[in-house]
Amino acid sequence: MPSRAVRNVDRSLIRDKARLIRRETVRLTDICGSGHYGSSFSMAEIVALLYYQLLHVKAGDPRWADRDRFTMGKGHAAIGLFPVLADLGFFPTEWLDTYSRMGSFLGDHPEMKKVPGIDFSSGSIGHNLSVSVGMALGARLKGSPARAVCLMGDGEMNEGQIWEAAQAGAHYGLDNLIGIVDINGAGSDGDPQQTLRSEPLKDKWEAFGWNTIVLKDGHDIDATFDALNRALNAPDGRPACVLAYTVAGKGVSFMEGTWQWHLGFLGPKDIERAYAEIEAGEIG
Amino acid sequence: MSQSDRYRANPPAPGMAYMSAELKKTIDLSESTVTDDFDERSWDMVVSLGLSRQLTTGRTLIELAEAGHDDIVVCTADLGRPTQVIGFGQAYPDRYFNFGIAERNMIGAAAGLATMGLTPVISNYSFFLALMGVENIRNDICYTNLPVKMVGTHSGIAMGFYGTSHHCCEDIGALRAIPNLTLMAPCDGHALSSALRTNIKHPAPIYFRAGRGREAVVYDREFDFRIGGSNTLRDGRHATVLAIGNLVKAGLDAHDILKAEGIEITVVDMYSIRPLDLEAVRAAAKRGPIISAEEANVTGGFGAAIAEVIAEEGLGTRLTKVGMPDAYAVLGPPTHLYRHYGLDGEGVAAAVRKALKA
Repeated sequence: MPSRAVRNVDRSLIRDKARLIRRETVRLTDICGSGHYGSSFSMAEIVALLYYQLLHVKAGDPRWADRDRFTMGKGHAAIGLFPVLADLGFFPTEWLDTYSRMGSFLGDHPEMKKVPGIDFSSGSIGHNLSVSVGMALGARLKGSPARAVCLMGDGEMNEGQIWEAAQAGAHYGLDNLIGIVDINGAGSDGDPQQTLRSEPLKDKWEAFGWNTIVLKDGHDIDATFDALNRALNAPDGRPACVLAYTVAGKGVSFMEGTWQWHLGFLGPKDIERAYAEIEAGEIG
Repeated sequence: MSQSDRYRANPPAPGMAYMSAELKKTIDLSESTVTDDFDERSWDMVVSLGLSRQLTTGRTLIELAEAGHDDIVVCTADLGRPTQVIGFGQAYPDRYFNFGIAERNMIGAAAGLATMGLTPVISNYSFFLALMGVENIRNDICYTNLPVKMVGTHSGIAMGFYGTSHHCCEDIGALRAIPNLTLMAPCDGHALSSALRTNIKHPAPIYFRAGRGREAVVYDREFDFRIGGSNTLRDGRHATVLAIGNLVKAGLDAHDILKAEGIEITVVDMYSIRPLDLEAVRAAAKRGPIISAEEANVTGGFGAAIAEVIAEEGLGTRLTKVGMPDAYAVLGPPTHLYRHYGLDGEGVAAAVRKALKA
């Protein structure tokens, strides 16, 4: 089953693109007046590695049949994905300046009918792993090398539908299906493990029949690459799940590890502080 | 001038953005990370949630519990903070159940709690309660006719640029077709606390359709929030606006706009969507044209319920429906969307003028 070429890129490029995600999240939030900093920052290295090194997509042909599919269960972090899609050329970077404004294509959640490069709409937590199951089944039926990658949140592990999808993925032996859980410890009401414990997640995913890879630091670029590469490019007849332990708000010191910056807004003085930290940071 | 600078020079209409130091002084910031070192316009989730002042569920339930209602239990799905019931959880941790992001399990558990003689109150975003959970609500709560109270917040398009997944315009159409379910719409904080206080011991399920908590204030005190009731807030002879939710305030604004033009309208808060106050509809029909107003899909919604009464009783008056068109909303800030879809005072006034000319 599918295993696809990996682009040879320097770690410094991934680091720069993760910076781009964080910087643009700050800028777009300024345009909007409100934004999900915490969950965008926690996935920055993962998304940078996927889009600049691992996923096979074509900006000039966003509907290319054999593209890898990427869906976001944690759709509220789309603010961190849009700048990547613009950077790759899926749509003009000027679109970013309209973020959240009247009639924009770019809102808080990704919308497949509006944004080139978005493979599926989301916003209701827990839906997109099921959608990815369908994509993986479809790719297999069509004989396509496409893989279906779904990025989820840790609070999302509470949704029953996740475990329905987990059963289906294993039952159908979908080794072209990859789940990534961004375990950043920040939900609406606080740390999801305090709200409703879903750990031990490794035991659960393994019990559900998935090739489960624990990534202790989802900001360590080498380790994250290794985990994602094993999940995407070492198919063994089972779906794969990467449990990525990350830090909410990673990269801006006053946001790191807080639930309070799940949603927020920075005034001009604090934007400069955040930009300075993002530029100076050598994450990964 | 960059796009960001332009927006800073012309900040959006009142909303989350550009929160002032004065405004922040009115909010409990004990859990906020935004200290004096921050730019005065910065805010975190604590500040934002502090603006949901009309979400009075938690406060009211604490008062009821203090008054001896030790049967009240509160259920939420990782939305205790945003729907403002976390205070109840702090006051009564044994009677507060946060089920995490697992709505259908929460609905079923609430039904189970009700079978044990408790009075469950579910507090959650409406789109993840009424829309995601509609089958569980029907089978577990309504078919079984259990006394579960549901407060669905952030209804309609209040979530603006969060997009369709976070809009809830189809809930009225879905819920008013479920037997045994009473459906009511408190339009502000006093209405919401009245709704709970009046109906907490009602022996059957009720769904309260509430906003995001930043609604304009309509009522300066609590009142008897009767099943099948309504409140006539303005009297006028030319036409009648029957409104629910945010559109009650829009109706009052339309009243003032039209008064200056010599048009006098009656404005009624039809907070009981199912069952409807039939007398209010009949009285309106005698007066002249009826304008229904709701922040919901006009197909199957509150206006459709009014249309059924007019048709079935042969009331023979014209109905103009103000509400969301039968389509998904464009993206945008909430205030802009309200203007765009005519869900404000000007929009309702325009609908009245059109109805009177027809």
